[in-house]
Amino acid sequence: MSALAYGTAGWLFLVGLYGIVTSRNLIHMVICLTVVQSSTYVLLLSIGYRSGAAAPVFADIPPGSRAVDPIVQALTLTDVVVEATVVALMLALAVQAHKRFGTLDPNELTPLRG
Amino acid sequence: MSERARLGLFLGAATGMAVLLAWGMAGLPAFGAFHGAYALLIDHVVVAQRHATDAVTAVNFDYRGLDTLGEEFILFTSVVGLAVLLREQRSERERPPARAGEEHRFQGASCALRTLTLLLVGPLVVLALYVDSHGALTPGGGFQGGVLGAAALLLVFLGGGYLTMRRLSPHRLVELAEAGGAAGYGMIGVGGIVFAGAFLKNFLGYGTAGELISAGTIPLLSMAVAAEVSGAFVLLWSEFLDQALIVRRG
Repeated sequence: MSALAYGTAGWLFLVGLYGIVTSRNLIHMVICLTVVQSSTYVLLLSIGYRSGAAAPVFADIPPGSRAVDPIVQALTLTDVVVEATVVALMLALAVQAHKRFGTLDPNELTPLRG
Repeated sequence: MSERARLGLFLGAATGMAVLLAWGMAGLPAFGAFHGAYALLIDHVVVAQRHATDAVTAVNFDYRGLDTLGEEFILFTSVVGLAVLLREQRSERERPPARAGEEHRFQGASCALRTLTLLLVGPLVVLALYVDSHGALTPGGGFQGGVLGAAALLLVFLGGGYLTMRRLSPHRLVELAEAGGAAGYGMIGVGGIVFAGAFLKNFLGYGTAGELISAGTIPLLSMAVAAEVSGAFVLLWSEFLDQALIVRRG
């Protein structure tokens, strides 16, 4: 079970990186970056999991019941917010790159022009 | 660099990375066998100490409140950065609607989609307010509720049209929500200095655990974040939709 949980995180990281390296479209590249970032969610949540534990919400279970780690869940929330902001900025850059160069293919973007 | 060379370089580096990851992950505790001291502590004391039943929200807006302040300003700064990146350039101008009442409708929206999305706007706003205000009790909080609230406006775009969405979210109001939410979080933090002697310290009465108004400043901070996140996301979507629908090169 450990191998599956942590392996998924590692796999997401590497496969997203592969997508970034071979990408032929800036929008596709940004989405690949979100795949890389989602590996951190899987890793954080896997680390915080305790077998047989409930969610850390004590509204309907008595306080002090066996619950999973609330700190990594809060960190994951931070992570999601940061991902959203990074994606928004990168997409804005893609919009401007398309305006300037007329293409979204990163291989066609030449550094010295205009 | 040729595509083949780039792929070769990546495959070599990725293999090394995979080995390092496997090595590092082999040293992690087994899945399900977590014994983090702080997590166990918070799970035990959160209800007694803060009268909040959702430990995640209590961590976000109380125990780790300072980090959330930073996180909120990351969102704030990046939306400002986005507005700067997508500002009106010298070679562009905004295209006014040709006739009064002309609307940028979402292409391909069928009558069924329009009706359904408009019917969902009201329930979504209620859900957003529920998630915002019950963050200290059940899963939710300002970030989640804020995104839901902003999503209601996206539904207006899908079902109605872009100009209707803009009329419902005047630029000034959106900016006020974003800036006011960010500033409000800081001001509540300053309240901690004034009334309790430390920045962001919970200075209000905790109330009864499980009631809507409980957990001191946690619901207030959550609402401030909700305003900021809603404003930020609506601003972000308006900027992108402006690019697609309004701005014309020329």
